[in-house]
Amino acid sequence: MTPVERGAEDVYLSRMSTGASYNDQGGAEAAVEAGQESTPTSSGAGAGAGAGAAFGLFSTDFKKNEDLKEMLESNKESLKLEAMKRVVGLIAKGKNASELFPAVVKNVANKNIELKKLVYVYLVRYAEEQQDLALLSISTFQRALKDPNQFIRASALRVLSSIRVPIIVPIMMLAIKESAADMSPYVRKTSAHAIQKLYSLDPDQKEQLIEVIEKLLKDKSTLVAGSVVMAFEEVCPDRIDLIHKNYRKLCNLLVDVEEWGQVVIISMLTRYARTQFISPWKEGAMFDENNEKAFYDSDSEEKKDQMEAKTYIMDPDHRLLLRNTKPLLQSRNTAVVMSVAQLYWHLAPKHEVTIVTKSLVRLLRSHREVQYIVLQNIATMSIQRKGMFEPFMKSFYVRSTDSTHIKTLKLEILTNLANEANISTILREFQTYVKSQDKAFAAATIQAIGRCATNISEVTDTCLNGLVLLLSNRDETVVAESVVVIKKLLQTQPTQHSEIIKHMAKLFDNITVPMARASILWLMGEYCERVPKIAPDVLRKMAKTFTAEEDIVKLQIVNLAAKLYLTNSKQTKLLTQYILNLGKYDQNYDIRDRTRFIRQLIVPSEKSGALNKYARRILLAPKPAPVLESAFKDRDRYQLGTLSHSLNTKASGYQELSDWPAVAPDQSVRNVEVIEPVKEWAPLVGKAKQRKSDEKFYSDEEEEKEEEGSDSSGSEDSSSSSSSSSGEALCLFVCLKVYVFCLVTFILFRV
Amino acid sequence: MIHSLFLINHSGDIFLEKHWKSVIGRSVCDYFFEAKEKAVQPENVPPVLQTPHHYLISVYRDKLFFLSVVQTEVPPLFVIEFLHRVADTVQDYFGECSEGVIKDNVVTVYELLEEMLDNGFPLATESNVLKEMIRPPTILRSVVNTLTGGSNVGDTLPTGQLSSIPWRRAGVKYTNNEAYFDVIEEIDAILDKSGTTVFAEIQGVIEACVRLTGMPDLTLSFMNPRLLDDMSFHPCVRFKRWESERILSFIPPDGNFTLMTYHVSSQNVVALPVYVKQNISFLETGSCGRLDITIGPKQTMGKTVEGLTVTVHMPKTVLSANLTATQGNYTYNLATKVLVWDIGKLNPQKLPNLRGSLSLQAGAPRPEENPALDITLKIQQLAISGLKVSRLDMYGEKYKPFKGVKYLTKAGKFQVRT
Repeated sequence: MTPVERGAEDVYLSRMSTGASYNDQGGAEAAVEAGQESTPTSSGAGAGAGAGAAFGLFSTDFKKNEDLKEMLESNKESLKLEAMKRVVGLIAKGKNASELFPAVVKNVANKNIELKKLVYVYLVRYAEEQQDLALLSISTFQRALKDPNQFIRASALRVLSSIRVPIIVPIMMLAIKESAADMSPYVRKTSAHAIQKLYSLDPDQKEQLIEVIEKLLKDKSTLVAGSVVMAFEEVCPDRIDLIHKNYRKLCNLLVDVEEWGQVVIISMLTRYARTQFISPWKEGAMFDENNEKAFYDSDSEEKKDQMEAKTYIMDPDHRLLLRNTKPLLQSRNTAVVMSVAQLYWHLAPKHEVTIVTKSLVRLLRSHREVQYIVLQNIATMSIQRKGMFEPFMKSFYVRSTDSTHIKTLKLEILTNLANEANISTILREFQTYVKSQDKAFAAATIQAIGRCATNISEVTDTCLNGLVLLLSNRDETVVAESVVVIKKLLQTQPTQHSEIIKHMAKLFDNITVPMARASILWLMGEYCERVPKIAPDVLRKMAKTFTAEEDIVKLQIVNLAAKLYLTNSKQTKLLTQYILNLGKYDQNYDIRDRTRFIRQLIVPSEKSGALNKYARRILLAPKPAPVLESAFKDRDRYQLGTLSHSLNTKASGYQELSDWPAVAPDQSVRNVEVIEPVKEWAPLVGKAKQRKSDEKFYSDEEEEKEEEGSDSSGSEDSSSSSSSSSGEALCLFVCLKVYVFCLVTFILFRV
Repeated sequence: MIHSLFLINHSGDIFLEKHWKSVIGRSVCDYFFEAKEKAVQPENVPPVLQTPHHYLISVYRDKLFFLSVVQTEVPPLFVIEFLHRVADTVQDYFGECSEGVIKDNVVTVYELLEEMLDNGFPLATESNVLKEMIRPPTILRSVVNTLTGGSNVGDTLPTGQLSSIPWRRAGVKYTNNEAYFDVIEEIDAILDKSGTTVFAEIQGVIEACVRLTGMPDLTLSFMNPRLLDDMSFHPCVRFKRWESERILSFIPPDGNFTLMTYHVSSQNVVALPVYVKQNISFLETGSCGRLDITIGPKQTMGKTVEGLTVTVHMPKTVLSANLTATQGNYTYNLATKVLVWDIGKLNPQKLPNLRGSLSLQAGAPRPEENPALDITLKIQQLAISGLKVSRLDMYGEKYKPFKGVKYLTKAGKFQVRT
């Protein structure tokens, strides 16, 4: 902006504040703009206030807030401020304050910064609902966009882009383009934020916005980096090619970027690296980073192949990323630590991943919610890599003050970590947990014991004995859970456990939890030949109580009856028929169906089909033992640290992490030519492009090169060439529209 | 990223809402209330919830829920960390984070939220930067403001945001230049029934209060940095320097901040300052129980143990406690079933003891598990790991600052199983 223009604007601004209505002096552009809108603004708002009063009648707290309008229109700044504070208070409470819109919007050009900020808050909240009135404020922001103070420019852009009114899209686009080339990195940062806002308002602008993103990605300021990568992730996450040239720069800037930006950049780079580098996880790979030279020198295909088969050589850029993210493990921001941890998990050679362990364990000292997320991720990691967390096993010991979901997660991890060496320690720890007053947790512990018992065969008997002891526990849920787990365990090795089954039969009368009763009945039926005397007796008792049982128990009674009938029909024939008759008239159709099915299957009659012969083989077939698995088994299909991982379903907008490419893509795309520092920003981009094309295109394609060169300079330089003048025209058109609208409102309310 | 924020109080009323993108109706919170109902305890509400169109990520702090609405994939920790930062900022500005305080300062809180996020992406979360833009209320300032019509919004613009050191504002001036460092260590431990240590470790934090003029460049070095196993730093600390020389070199933020947190390597045996002898038993008949707790000093390095309290979360069936304490006094909260014995200073000559009987609900079964004891204590002028600051130097400014280092040992999560 030239000094003349600036001066003109100052004059013009001061007039605005004193309420002067017309201005035909000063810089041409400013004058036109001012002439267009300063009159209607004041009058329009005044008229709007009348409208507000009319709407106000319908508001419920009309009486209480009646004075707000008057206060907003008064000349005293303190009154206005007071009123605005109350209005913001209303917004905060979620009450509707939209009828004050005209009165508020009038104050948008006020000098008082606090008042201004509050008006901005109001505008952003209600502009979407009152689109036409919101247009009144646009010109103020347009003017502020040219302010010499970078903060005023930035905040104007911030508010302008937050007003979700489709009609101003061209104005926003122009403003973003201009701000993206601003001298101040802070304004450029704001423009990166504005890109996302415009994109969500009007996705059709994508192509133009990608151009701006491309330009901003080249920015060397740490302030901009995080925000522009965020914009990249929202607008065009698939345009990975835009990153190539900036990859090394982003890696090097990373440590100095603000913490929130770090998180976004790291997760983007994780995705990038998975598409550009080859896997460092090859079996038996040797890790040798020092013979890069040899790699580059070996020209013949044969040699190269040999090399690859023998040693894996990490791409220096891959190494750069790992090296530059490592210090961030020491960040105080838990999100940053987690994102570095996931980067190492997904990208680093297996033996290097262990460095993240300590930092993750450190996060467990943080808030409850942080613990929850970190524990979830550790649970997933610990399934694949027990060794990583085993030395820190004690950090996952449960305290009675932990909340239930933290306790269950810790339990999950402890179970994952169990092996032959530490199982006795873990089981001793579990013994304490079983006694916990938190019954849901005690039940989870019993399941965990079951899992340990199946995974580690040495302790199966010990666990089983322990669980049998729990059967005499007074708490129902504990007993029920134990029965269920014992059932599963017996299934895995049913040979010599008739004692336990007998014991359970004895306890049967005292157990009331349906699931547990059903489990015992199933066990009886399955192993009825091992307890030939007890099983028929149990069936006799069940025949008596059949009608009073829960549905799942009834189904198992029918099962038991059928199995006994097949093995010991002498004793149980009548009982079975009685039970099948009861089942036939049960209220639940599931049970009726099952009864009918069983009857056809086992009771021989002339109608019964071929299946009858196989009844025994069907019902008493050896059944595969259930596999007790961690709930986190399949979680690793999601990238660690993501929302999808946490919920275990794909969240909207989740970007799949691609598999490593089999052959590394061209590394040279990341090479950046050294450019001597140039002061102006926009031309620099043009030059860079030209140089790039120099390299890429050979002399026989000069035409193309020139075309590209002129294209880029055209779109970059918004003040001169033809492409930008169309934008200017659009902008003028909208201004005109605003003007006409204001006139209409003005006339309407006068009438 | 973060779409909206709702603040919800203990009883489930939304008392503040803020939207950074288009407005989302309050009804989205119903899913949260449902989960809250199910969880019974507020701590048990899952921090991440899924609803048909949105994802709800919440934190529970100071009896308030900070509930944020998210529409697309975002690292959940990112949101959680930010929500805690909001709570920290409120705490920092108004001294406490409660419904009353937020309601009283609703405009300031709203202005803060406006500055902290832009379109759902964090913009200014550094307390120094925020304080430049929106001044925290003080009594003096509010009086002046009412008289002159001034405001809390700074008319200077935040310079910190532009510099490469966003945590420090430019032009800081003090008449008394001082830098204080508090080395605070917490002992986390689990002791089992017989008093043997199941698990013990030391976590430390260095809190700093630096009021220095200009742009001072400080270095802090330790006598025995080898003790430190794992640490996290304030962004101001130069990590390279620490890696190579084990020296903390930094340009400090102005005012109070956390310089670093650390974990003492687990090779070292943790010296527990106290031992606990306890005997809690519930009799099979007669619905009553006995309680006998004695605490004595173990390894206190010649310092006195202060602020000693014992907290017991009793089983639900315990109706009342009839106890006598040789030192301090005890309270038993009937509603929450929490017994607190406040001992105060530990006298090695005469060990404090609490004994007596507990009466249980008649007819209720005997509790299976004895309640665990949570112990808090403080030891002044001692870092239990033995960590010592050797020196603090200042470069870049000419004056001589006043320097001080304080040590404190506390019990962190110190639990005795019975």
